[in-house]
Amino acid sequence: MSAQEYYIPNGTYWPIVGSVGVSTLFVGFANQMHGASWGGSVMAIGFAILVFMMFGWFGQVVNESVNGNYNNQVDRSFRWGMSWFIFSEVMFFAAFFGALFYARQLSVPWLGGADNNLFTPELWNGFSATWQQVAMNTPAAISQAGMEYSVPVKLVDTWGLPALNTLLLLLSGVTLTFAHHALREGKRNQIVGWLVATIVLGVLFLGFQIAEYGHAYHDGLKLTSGIYGSTFYMLTGFHGFHVTVGAIMLTVILYRVQKGHFSADSHFGFEGVAWYWHFVDVVWLGLFVFVYWV
Amino acid sequence: MTTATATSHDDHHHGPEKGIMRWVKTTNHKDIGTLYLWFAFAMLLVGGAMAMGIRMELLQPGMQVMDPHFFNQLTTMHGLIMVFGAIMPAMVGLGNWLIPMMVGAPDMALPRMNNWSFWILPFAGGILMSTFFMDGGAPAFGWTFYAPLSTTFAPDSTDFFIFAVHLLGFSSIMGAINIIATVINMRAPEMKLMDMPLFVWTWLITSFLLIGAMPVLAGAVTMMLTDRNFGTAFFDATGGGDPVMFQHIFWFFGHPEVYIMILPAFGIISHIIPTFSRKPLFGYSSMVYATASIAFLSYIVWAHHMFLTGMPVAGELYFMYATMMIAVPTGVKVFNWVSTMWKGSMTFETPMLWALSFVILFTIGGFSGLMLGIAPADIQYHDTYFVVAHFHYVLVTGALWAIIAATLYWLPKWTGKMYNESLAKVHFWWAVISVNVLFFPQHFLGLAGMPRRIPDYSLQFADFNLISSLGGFAFGASFILLAYIVVDCIRNGKPVDARPWDGAKGLEWTLSAKADYHTFNTPPSRELIENESQHS
Repeated sequence: MSAQEYYIPNGTYWPIVGSVGVSTLFVGFANQMHGASWGGSVMAIGFAILVFMMFGWFGQVVNESVNGNYNNQVDRSFRWGMSWFIFSEVMFFAAFFGALFYARQLSVPWLGGADNNLFTPELWNGFSATWQQVAMNTPAAISQAGMEYSVPVKLVDTWGLPALNTLLLLLSGVTLTFAHHALREGKRNQIVGWLVATIVLGVLFLGFQIAEYGHAYHDGLKLTSGIYGSTFYMLTGFHGFHVTVGAIMLTVILYRVQKGHFSADSHFGFEGVAWYWHFVDVVWLGLFVFVYWV
Repeated sequence: MTTATATSHDDHHHGPEKGIMRWVKTTNHKDIGTLYLWFAFAMLLVGGAMAMGIRMELLQPGMQVMDPHFFNQLTTMHGLIMVFGAIMPAMVGLGNWLIPMMVGAPDMALPRMNNWSFWILPFAGGILMSTFFMDGGAPAFGWTFYAPLSTTFAPDSTDFFIFAVHLLGFSSIMGAINIIATVINMRAPEMKLMDMPLFVWTWLITSFLLIGAMPVLAGAVTMMLTDRNFGTAFFDATGGGDPVMFQHIFWFFGHPEVYIMILPAFGIISHIIPTFSRKPLFGYSSMVYATASIAFLSYIVWAHHMFLTGMPVAGELYFMYATMMIAVPTGVKVFNWVSTMWKGSMTFETPMLWALSFVILFTIGGFSGLMLGIAPADIQYHDTYFVVAHFHYVLVTGALWAIIAATLYWLPKWTGKMYNESLAKVHFWWAVISVNVLFFPQHFLGLAGMPRRIPDYSLQFADFNLISSLGGFAFGASFILLAYIVVDCIRNGKPVDARPWDGAKGLEWTLSAKADYHTFNTPPSRELIENESQHS
């Protein structure tokens, strides 16, 4: 390898804008939760600053990329960065999956007197440690946030909408791969077609997920339904949030494809988003198996 | 590969911008490293001031200067600030300064993100500190923020603490991603993995710990947030959750976290001891494998912090034996450092004094850790001052010692000047004596049963607490001298050669006396890398 010049960007003020944005968002959020009337507005301002920062920062990177400032080494740095970012996301979900496994396999059975917990039946006569009814059968059990725990009438259904959603997301992974192949062969019309299909499948998924939330809520499953409701809504909610972000990123990629930003052998932006989409896909498989199925 | 240079070419060779915007906008790894290090030092003084308050209260039995609630706020914030504000940023700062120079790279792989990693920190620190001025005061549940103390019984300010932790986590994850990308992708093409200096190796492995552990912490505080505000039941047995689950999730982060703070320290010591022993590092590859083993083990031992939570006996036994295993790779490291010194032509400049005292004092902390890892014995030690003594020996005379050693060792490279060696020696002896007066009696206090996080105590603990407090004040004051030594070096230090230490090896010493603003615009040659490697 011959001696070469590395690419080093100039100074940037986007990070400090991002810090101001995210801090404003969080301070607004905390005050909103504490009942301050202005909390929501401050949150909105913080969010707007963050969006402004992302447009500016990513826009600058896109411009530099289109202008050919980046060499293969920068491309590889982006790849390493994106891979390990996704891994950190995996670990974030792992915390919630861990909570789900721990509650289902250990703490809920222990509450019901498993492992020779002799006094449980004495102290909590009539309490049955079933997964959907772990909110105590005692009257008016109050959560730490001061809300009454509610007990759902049944577990969410596995083979209706969740199974359909599994199919949709898996399919979207296939269409996205077709788009990638088309990109590598330089067939722009096909790329656009497959990308649009992927986005439509993602949006459909989100629509069905909202409908599914409606059914669950109707059956009495709420965020306040004890550990079942907590793990159900937090896991699927964070996943839905990630699908939303992924769909927005795919839309940006669609726009960039139409602007001709990508070539057959240089399209990291596309690939990074595709990795992210597949990651969201895999998380869903975990959710389908452990939240909806077993 | 060639198109990249066209537009960026002009930007490479000039120096930094002028004024404050240089620091706000900078993408230069040396600038960002400097920012990190000064931020960490400021936080060290803030957290240290809190420690002075704690020792003031504990000077004598009975209530002295503050009410118990404020005492609890001080212990909590002291721990959080020292861990997240002082030790971790200082290590990242050293990584920023040194890693690109050590691997022959011009900068970090993702320089803009590097800027953000730092510039989130002052905001996170500001939000965290602001909790002192809120109704109900700052978080007062200990740095481990166990539920339900941090959920049901915590003040409103806890939500600000939660968001501060989120921001600190973003910062650490971005920093870790950057270091991985730098080491793997920006390393000089002629430098193989097993040519890398140990500080680079330890930081690379630490980055994997950060990326694996910090998101789990984010998950834990997110669950706290929804438990506190939105009616979830993760840590509430009434709703089928479990407060002990909080401890599992927290320590799944928390145990790797302690290695996040100490592994880069191991790297630093592995540079300083060979230099002043004028011998190559003994057992280079075993050092690398030991570091990796410690990192792996750190993920599977977390519940040794929880022996008293009523875990099944099988769990206690597993976590005890797994914990004992960490002593093996750690022992490999200690013996390697000692073997490096064996028959070396040793001299005792100040960085070496810090490194030597690190080996002794960190080993004491490691041994008390082994004692704590024995499940049946831990019933006696748990939540006593013995634990406090243990983790201060590994974090103060371990991690912080290495940071001070590194600062003095590489200060000539950062400034092109030499610090005042005799003042630095005075400071060393002052600190090393006072820190032992401060922390060693705490072993006895803990064994005798004095609980931690309590503002008052029984009369039989009075003498050792008095000694400990006096040592604490002396140790705290020593940092004023350290600040003077560093500032004096920057302002009035005598110019040095490019390689001010006799036996120093490493690519950073091949640069000019004060490293240029941009270094290694072209990668170093194989010959240079081999000459400067840590291999024997």
